[in-house]
Amino acid sequence: MLIIGEKISVIAKKVREALQKHEPKPLQELAVAQAKAGAHFIDVSIGPAEENGPELMDWAVKVVHEVVHKPLCLDTTNIKAMEAGLKAHNNTWGAPIINSTSNEPERFPMMELAGKYNAKIIALTLGKGSIPADAEDRCVIAAEIMARGMEYGVPMENIFLDPLILQICTMQDQGRQAIRAIKMFQQLNDPPMQSVVGLSNISNGAPKHVRPVINRNFLAMLIYEGLSAAIIDPLDKDMMDTVKTVEMIMGKTMYAHSYLDM
Amino acid sequence: MALVIPKETYSGKIYNVQLGAGAKAVTIGGASALPFLAFEGAFPNKPAVALEIMDIAPDDWPETVKKAVGGAGASPAKWAKFCQDNGADMVALRLMGTHPDQQNKSAEEAAKVAAEVAAAVDIPLIILGSGHAEKDTQVLQAAAAATRGKNCAIGKAVEENYKTVAAAAMANDHKLIAMSQLDVNLAKQLNILLTQMGFAKERIIMDPMSSALGYGLEYTYSVIERIRQAALLQNDPMMQTPVMCDIGANVWKVKEVMAPDADVPEWGGLEDRALAWEVITASGMLTAGADMLIMRHPGAAGKIKELIAELMG
Repeated sequence: MLIIGEKISVIAKKVREALQKHEPKPLQELAVAQAKAGAHFIDVSIGPAEENGPELMDWAVKVVHEVVHKPLCLDTTNIKAMEAGLKAHNNTWGAPIINSTSNEPERFPMMELAGKYNAKIIALTLGKGSIPADAEDRCVIAAEIMARGMEYGVPMENIFLDPLILQICTMQDQGRQAIRAIKMFQQLNDPPMQSVVGLSNISNGAPKHVRPVINRNFLAMLIYEGLSAAIIDPLDKDMMDTVKTVEMIMGKTMYAHSYLDM
Repeated sequence: MALVIPKETYSGKIYNVQLGAGAKAVTIGGASALPFLAFEGAFPNKPAVALEIMDIAPDDWPETVKKAVGGAGASPAKWAKFCQDNGADMVALRLMGTHPDQQNKSAEEAAKVAAEVAAAVDIPLIILGSGHAEKDTQVLQAAAAATRGKNCAIGKAVEENYKTVAAAAMANDHKLIAMSQLDVNLAKQLNILLTQMGFAKERIIMDPMSSALGYGLEYTYSVIERIRQAALLQNDPMMQTPVMCDIGANVWKVKEVMAPDADVPEWGGLEDRALAWEVITASGMLTAGADMLIMRHPGAAGKIKELIAELMG
């Protein structure tokens, strides 16, 4: 399973300040630590960045690529900033991921960018109006997004469908629906569609000591159903141990007594 | 409609491991597909065939193979030269005389023999202990030091002694043969442990423990096959080391290579039967994925080299 390291996020105070002051060090430290811990992609979240989006994303991509030779997951709602990030990205280490499009009209241009720059793209199964009721609802939205992808010349294997993880403490049934969706997404295409989740949303609102327990167990169930990628904190050793253990039990990696060290 | 042969795509590749130095150095490994499937991947190196010699005369080897070695068996250096002249890609020196139940020779004596053998040939050298895990630590340390710079393969490192044997190989710039007992998970574990002590995984050769035709060959086959699948299809870096099979020592102790014609006329003549036993065992290991074979009979080794040449086109 692909790990997208989530630590470089505008939500974190340290990252926000570094982005404001154009200080490369905090970003670079987080990038290196996550790559070392096993992240396949590094998420770079700059938020909406309405004032200086393109310039900020260009800077952030270059700064991270100076120290980590892995593809990045570019995370912003700002279309111009996204395009600047795609231009700045060094594809020698793999194509970047656009985070994200959805079935909301204002997010359609992201899919257009994925076609133009041959990038991978996360597609939230979220339409205009209310949140999807169940797994079936998510599949209907996914099919519409896939059709739009074809229109823009985005190969199906470049799309990661995101079932939209909602908080379990207020919408308990939605966790189960997301798990069902991961299984159903795969049947929408041959070869199977890929999927991704922003994991930690499941435990938003739950007490601090409960959150990692919910996150880890939920992730195990999602991987079992065939999840292709997850946006998680790779510095969380318990989380990474869960990934390794599930993949080992599923036969994707070979068991050895020290498998957790690998 | 034309028939399209389905092709597997592989994500991993076997490491290249070079043994020896100079013009006669040999590289093994490098495969990027399951054995001999040239239409699916690249095979930059041929499997290498080593002929086995010992630090003592081959008195307890069966007649057929002893006869093939002839007078050369009297001196390890001469014997090594004999192997080189008979087309071996490498020489494997087994320091059997150091075993406490054999002649219990000292580590110093073993080191002297190793140095003499290394000086006698210019093809790569494999140095094996007697298989006594405790004694092997001293023997291999001394032999590794005495052949420093020759880029030998030293072994076998096993669960009980891997730290010392690996340290000896590391200190003297040799490669290492790591043996586990017919178990894919333990094979992986040993490679992890070696890597964790700082031994580069690209310098390890894996010995999954061999067996002879009729005596568990199929178990070794399955273990090698599974190792290769993990290496190539699951891209498991701990399983991407080349595989070595110790053929001769297993073959030349079974009854089929010793029973005289008069006792079992229905088995066919002993000479051909014994030689075929080693050839068939070796060919089985090659098709499983072995990158390096240690054999005893020069005639059998010659047949296997022909087979390799044919399979590699």
